[in-house]
Amino acid sequence: MPDRPQPRFPEPNTQKYWEAVKEGRLTYQQCADCNTVVFTPRILCTGCGSSNLAWKDSSGEGKVYTYTVVRQNRNPSFAPLGAYVLAWIDLDEGFRMLSNVVGVNDPTTDVKCDMRVKVEFEKQDSGEYPIPVFRPV
Amino acid sequence: MANQMREAAIVGIHEYPLRVAPGRSAMQIKVESIKAALDDAGLKWSDIDAVYDTNDGEGGGGLGMAPYLGLKPTVIDTTQVGGSSYEFQTAHALRDIAAGKANVAVLTYGSTAASSRRAIGTGGATGQGLPNWQGNMEDPYGMITVGNYALVAHRHMHEYGTTTEDLAEISVATRLHATRNPEAVKAMTDLQFMGTGEITIQDVLESRMISDPLHLLECCMQSDGGGAVIIASRDVARGTKKKPAWIIGTGEAIKYRENGGDITTSAAAQGGPIAFAEAQVTPAEIDIAMIYDSFTITVATILEDLGFCKKGEYRDLAKGGRFRFDTALKPTLNTDGGGLSSNHPGMRGIFLLFESVRQLRGESTSQVAGAKLAIAHGNGGALGGTHAGGSVILAAD
Repeated sequence: MPDRPQPRFPEPNTQKYWEAVKEGRLTYQQCADCNTVVFTPRILCTGCGSSNLAWKDSSGEGKVYTYTVVRQNRNPSFAPLGAYVLAWIDLDEGFRMLSNVVGVNDPTTDVKCDMRVKVEFEKQDSGEYPIPVFRPV
Repeated sequence: MANQMREAAIVGIHEYPLRVAPGRSAMQIKVESIKAALDDAGLKWSDIDAVYDTNDGEGGGGLGMAPYLGLKPTVIDTTQVGGSSYEFQTAHALRDIAAGKANVAVLTYGSTAASSRRAIGTGGATGQGLPNWQGNMEDPYGMITVGNYALVAHRHMHEYGTTTEDLAEISVATRLHATRNPEAVKAMTDLQFMGTGEITIQDVLESRMISDPLHLLECCMQSDGGGAVIIASRDVARGTKKKPAWIIGTGEAIKYRENGGDITTSAAAQGGPIAFAEAQVTPAEIDIAMIYDSFTITVATILEDLGFCKKGEYRDLAKGGRFRFDTALKPTLNTDGGGLSSNHPGMRGIFLLFESVRQLRGESTSQVAGAKLAIAHGNGGALGGTHAGGSVILAAD
C-alpha cells in the first residue's frame, strides 16, 4: 500500500475537509452570499470576502485540466509509486484540485488533458487519512 | 517619447564569476559583489543610502545586510518574491529615488545552492515546518518544482499545439550564447555538464525526461552565485564611470491557481503592459529579452504574456532562430547563457538585470550591435501555481 505524506494538524482551514475524506466524502465550499465556489478550504469567500461559506459534497467526477509524469522525487514516500501522474483536476462543481491519476497501464501515454476521471479514496499503509486520487472513467 | 522617464538608472553591476564557490558564504559573495559593482560605477562605499535584500538566509534582509556593511541607510527594503525579487526591488528603488528618499541604492544576492546541495528542482520538501493550509492540500500528491512547470507545458501543448521542438529553440539559442561566455563555459564544466558545446533540437528531444513533457536540457542548472546592482538618481548617474542604463518602465504582478483559471498565462500578462505603458515603447521595439529561464516553458509563456506574440503563438515566434544574437530578428534572448547554461543559484532575477545592462553598454559576449532597449522579466515562485512576475524595461543612454 502507498504511504504518502499525511495532512498534519492542528490546521483549522483544512481539518473539516480531511474529516470528510475519512468518511469517503470529497467536499468543497460555496459562498452562501454570492455562490462563488471556494477551494482550497479557507474562512473567506474569494469572490466577495464574505465569511458565510457552506460545505458541500462533490460528486467526485471531473476532468484532467493538466498533468505531468514525475519520474524522480527525492522524497522517499513516493518511491513505491514509481513514475506517477500529478494533475490538476477540474471537478464538475467548478473547483480545481491537485491530485494524482492512478489506475492506468502506462502513465507516460495513457493520460490526456480533458480526460474524464472520478475520485477514489486510497488507503495508506500507516497514515489514518486516506488520500483522494482520481481514476479514468 | 517626450515624457519618457529618466529618474534613475543602473550604473554599476557585478556578477560573481564562480558557479561553484566552496568555502564562501552567501554573505561574502554579496559583499565582494557590492565592492566590485561600486567600482564598476565609480562610486564609494559611503555613497550607498538605500539597501535592498531578499533575506534569502545567512543573515540577509535589510536588517541583516546594513549592519554587516556598516551602513545606516535611509531606505531599507526586504522584498522577497522569489526569483523576481530583483525586478520588484528595482521598481521600488526607482520609486524611492524618484521620491527623493535615496540617491544610491544597492541590490544584492548571494547563494551557495550548489555547494550546500539545496534542492531547487526535483526536491519535494513535504511534511516539514508547521502544519499549514497549502501543505495539507498538496503534500500528499508529490509536487516537485519541475513538475509544477511541466503542468503548464502540457496544457500549453494541448491548447495551442506547441511541441517540444518549439520549446527546444530556447535551449539551443541559450546554449549558443553560453558557449561564447567564458564564465558560463566554466560553470558548465565545474558543474559537470555532459557537454559544454552547442546543442541541437534533437539533443534536447533525446535528453532524459525529468517530468513529462520537460527534458533535462529544458531545465536550469543548480549553481552557487550572486552579484550586486547599483541604482542611482539622475544626477548621480550623470557622473558615473560607465553609460547609465535608464529604468524607463516597471511592472509588478502575482498570479495563483484559481478555479477555472488559465495555467498557460502568467503574472507577466498583468504586469508587462503596465511596464510597457510606462516606458512608452512596444514589445516590437525591444532588442534584448532577458527572460527568467528556469525551464523552457517559462520563457515561452512569458514571451507571449509580454506581448512579443499573441497567446498560443509562441510556436510561430520561435521559428527561424529568432532568439540567436546573430540574426536580424528581434528580440534576442538570454545572451549570457541563461539559467539553462550559465547561472541559476535559485533566484535568477538579478542576472537578467546584469546582462540587460551589458547589452546596452555594448559589453556582452554575444553583443547585439546597437542594442537600445532591453526587458528583464523575472518570475518567482512556481509558474504553474503561485508566482510573481516583475518587468523592468531599460534604455541605453
